[in-house]
Amino acid sequence: MDSFAGRKNIIRFLIILVGLIYIVRLFILQVVDSSYKLTASNNVLRYETQYPARGLIYDRNGNLIVYNEATYDIMVNPLQLAPFDTSEFCSILEITKEYIDETIKLARAYSLYKPSIFLKQVSSLAYAQLQEVMFKFPGFFVQPRTLRKYTYQNASHVIGYVGEVNDKIIENNSYYIQGDYIGVSGLEQSYEEFLRGKKGVNIYMVDVHNRIKGSFNSGKFDVRAEVGSNIISTIDINLQKYGEKLMQNKIGSIVAIEPSTGEILALVSSPGYNPELLVGRSRADNYYKLNVDSLKPLFNRATMAQYPPGSTFKIINALIGQKEGVTSQYTTYGCQGGYYAGNFRLGCHIHNSPLNLSQSIQISCNTYYCNVFRNILDNRNYPSVRMAYDSWRNHVMSFGFGQPLNSDITSELKGLIPTKEYYDKIYRTENWRSLNIISLAIGQGELGTTPLQMANMTATVANRGFYYIPHIVKEIEGNNKLDQKFYKKNYTTIDSVYFGPVIHGMELAVNGEPGSGSTARTAQIQNIIVCGKTGTAQNPHGEDHSIFIAFAPKENPQIAISVYIENGGFGGTWAAPLAKLMIEKYLNDSISQPYWEEYILNCDLINKNAKKSQHLE
Amino acid sequence: MQRKVNIWNNIDWTTVFIYLLLVFLGWINIYAAVYNDDHQSIFDFSQRYGKQLIWIFAAFILIFIVFTIDINFYTFFAYVIYGGMILILLAVLVLGTKVHGATSWFEIGNIRIQPSEFAKIATALALARYVSSFNVQINTVKSYVRIAGIIFLPAILILMQNDTGSALVYFAFAIVLFREGLSGSIFFLGLLVIILFILALVFEKLTIIILSVFVALAIFWIINRKGKQFAIALLVYLLSTALFLGLNYFLGLKISKVYIFLVSLGVSSIIYVVFAIKHKIKHVFVLLLFLYGSIVFTFSVDYVFHNILEKHQQKRINTLLGLESDPLGIGYNVNQSKIAIGSGGFAGKGFLGGTQTKFDFVPEQSTDFIFCTIGEEWGFLGTFFVISLFVALLLRLVLIAERQRSSFSRMYGYGVVSVLFFHVMINIGMTIGLMPVIGIPLPFFSYGGSSLWAFTILLFILLRLDASRLELLR
Ligand SMILES: [Zn+2]
Repeated sequence: MDSFAGRKNIIRFLIILVGLIYIVRLFILQVVDSSYKLTASNNVLRYETQYPARGLIYDRNGNLIVYNEATYDIMVNPLQLAPFDTSEFCSILEITKEYIDETIKLARAYSLYKPSIFLKQVSSLAYAQLQEVMFKFPGFFVQPRTLRKYTYQNASHVIGYVGEVNDKIIENNSYYIQGDYIGVSGLEQSYEEFLRGKKGVNIYMVDVHNRIKGSFNSGKFDVRAEVGSNIISTIDINLQKYGEKLMQNKIGSIVAIEPSTGEILALVSSPGYNPELLVGRSRADNYYKLNVDSLKPLFNRATMAQYPPGSTFKIINALIGQKEGVTSQYTTYGCQGGYYAGNFRLGCHIHNSPLNLSQSIQISCNTYYCNVFRNILDNRNYPSVRMAYDSWRNHVMSFGFGQPLNSDITSELKGLIPTKEYYDKIYRTENWRSLNIISLAIGQGELGTTPLQMANMTATVANRGFYYIPHIVKEIEGNNKLDQKFYKKNYTTIDSVYFGPVIHGMELAVNGEPGSGSTARTAQIQNIIVCGKTGTAQNPHGEDHSIFIAFAPKENPQIAISVYIENGGFGGTWAAPLAKLMIEKYLNDSISQPYWEEYILNCDLINKNAKKSQHLE
Repeated sequence: MQRKVNIWNNIDWTTVFIYLLLVFLGWINIYAAVYNDDHQSIFDFSQRYGKQLIWIFAAFILIFIVFTIDINFYTFFAYVIYGGMILILLAVLVLGTKVHGATSWFEIGNIRIQPSEFAKIATALALARYVSSFNVQINTVKSYVRIAGIIFLPAILILMQNDTGSALVYFAFAIVLFREGLSGSIFFLGLLVIILFILALVFEKLTIIILSVFVALAIFWIINRKGKQFAIALLVYLLSTALFLGLNYFLGLKISKVYIFLVSLGVSSIIYVVFAIKHKIKHVFVLLLFLYGSIVFTFSVDYVFHNILEKHQQKRINTLLGLESDPLGIGYNVNQSKIAIGSGGFAGKGFLGGTQTKFDFVPEQSTDFIFCTIGEEWGFLGTFFVISLFVALLLRLVLIAERQRSSFSRMYGYGVVSVLFFHVMINIGMTIGLMPVIGIPLPFFSYGGSSLWAFTILLFILLRLDASRLELLR
């Protein structure tokens, strides 16, 4: 029965073979090879970690934005401590005797063998002084590190910041040890692996007095540190700076994208903060202050704030209506101050009537879009309103709404485009009708979009039907390419022919004759055709939010922009002229109508609204 | 039929002696690894050597319990124990505590238990039970599926706990199956899969296609030994490849070379299959099946690796295979461990004389890298002795397994051999740079209650079965 008994000898042979190989290997390692030997006089090795400089960050035009400054941490090795002259030590480092006792106690409690940080970020002057007398303080050594420095006090939300690793990070990633730094947000976080480089280690032989006697085995086992890669951001730092200046005393955000590449030219979240606040010894205090600030300067509104898109969304409905064949550029609807259906009424402002598709965008007629939207949902080609809605939602999602765009900005909200099941729940039936959700026609209701998504939509319109995923990094030095996804054209479900009449309408909205009812004439620039659309996001908590999206020039667009100003009221009032200034600054690098700049700079919505609410109370 | 035999008289004392020696040496080295001027008392229970002392005494109690249980318990309840273990592994995924990135621990008060260590025992029992069932034929598809299920179910659960090392141990059960007569072609297939897996990660797709085509042609030549048929096959392949490459070049199509080689391979194999049918050439289908199977396999490995695995998982596999170096991570540990062992020289630095295994130069010195302490303080004499002890133990266990009268006991015995052999081979191999760094403990040596207890139970169940072997009459 046991016909495989012979195989037991193969197993025995295998066991003996492995044993023999290991013994031979150990004989070579321990007896034959002399490179692992230590002499009796210097039988202790010291491993010194070499920290590489973190990569620098440049803007798209080669301006240096982030660089490094050397700093020194004093480290302590509890087991190697010996009595030393504390008063000299205190005077050089400007610390007290109590500090020494306290910190050494903590270090001993952490680990006897592992070095702990004794004093962080000592000035280079103190370091130079200490270096001369270091031999008097056994158990201490100096660990050089780098701190971030900023050329501009801007773009803090794009760049992010660097902080010390916490226990959780150390636990999950063997690369980091206590006291290391890591990118915590923004570009610093998403490109951490490139920016940080690779730590190295030098192995020294040390005598009993803790003095270095030379490198072990002439450095055979040392690992060279690799410097972090420099990164070229897509940001135009001057445009960014200008945007932040224009947004002073206002809450909101600006996102500008180059449509032909998806590169983010500027990303402003206001109020912002000075990146220098989150570096150095007072970092924790400053972080606390920023964190409790009621205006939330740490919060990146450009990607994390979600608003209804308002009338800018009429662009999307105009495109879907054409694609679904329920409207065309020649379709006209009359408007007598609003849309009426039975007892239902959705108001509109007074304007010429009837309007065609382009005019409806120019004038932003609510009635027109109530008709278009209902035609989309009540389309006989679909078995039910729910199915038609599903198809509508698919079109909308193809513009990047309702999901994170997957950019290289670490925190991105996905926004909200409700599913049909969502409405089933609200109306407790599957038989809800187009009129129930008519507010989607004009971009109100349950819709949620981020300023980044809106800028991306604008770029998509400028490209007539496709977008590149927006991103903040243009190039990583030493790496040929970014992630493949940033080079891929993402096509919407809408054919490019349908964009013509919509873009024409956006052109008219900005460049229409006075008295023609154009909503965004405040965005006009001489000699540049700006195409734009205003919007107002309903705000149940106070004054509405002002929205404007635009791209320019009409032919071969260079910039697509979305501007959100919280509590700014109608989009044409603040957001449109602000967008105009940004576009002109980017395209011409000069401002032809300085009074608009003054108008925006003098606008103080934060204090105005604060006063208003005080009156109310 | 059974008769009663006094089991205490039939204990294999040789094994017990080696076991006690290993545990004792293990403890001494843990003491040395943790030792410093501040803590010297061997009964200092705040230190690892103090705790290990408690684990050792508890292990002795476990031995006693294992011996008082009737041998039929292990056969009858093999599946129940296995099933219970699977439930516990599932529970640890949900309720477990995370230590060093792996969710494989239960925390009860101050004690941490690692169920995956004990799962090996349950798997060895269940596997022995299944394969020894009188109606099981090992070389049938049904058996293959069930055996694979028994072995890989716990392995997958442990993999999900993020404990790759402990999961890989389950491959060791191949030794049991080998002994019980698993067909050699299965081992060949397994080897092929492993080789292809590594090739897929090391080489470009194009290289793999060309390589596997020529390997297939070579096998074809070896089997058939007919120069003419071989020449025609080669010619058809080369011509169609040249044709498609030329088309691509002259028409300026800029199609990726991978596709061109795939298409030309497809076309040439169709042509050759027609030729083969006409001339009744053997083995062509099987070979082509292998060839396409290999290509599909490597492509899917490549796809899974790059598109489904996350960055940190890719990194772990790469460092494991030595494709990516991690200066302060794994590679750094091996360097330090080699320096520590190498510095021990022929006779070592003497007990407590080690310098490299102190001060945390070697990480995990009392657990996964305990062999460094042996190497540094006891030198080549010490390492030679320890390896000899392990080899002696394993050979003794093979002998014990072979002298069993019940096939269940024999298979369980080989299960014990498999698990111990794999642990010893990988653990010592990684400290001397011969094996990839897979964090698994050295049996009976490494610090830790769970692993000591699990290995003790594993071993003594075998000794218990062995002690009663004469009760079984046949
Ligand atoms: Zn109207």
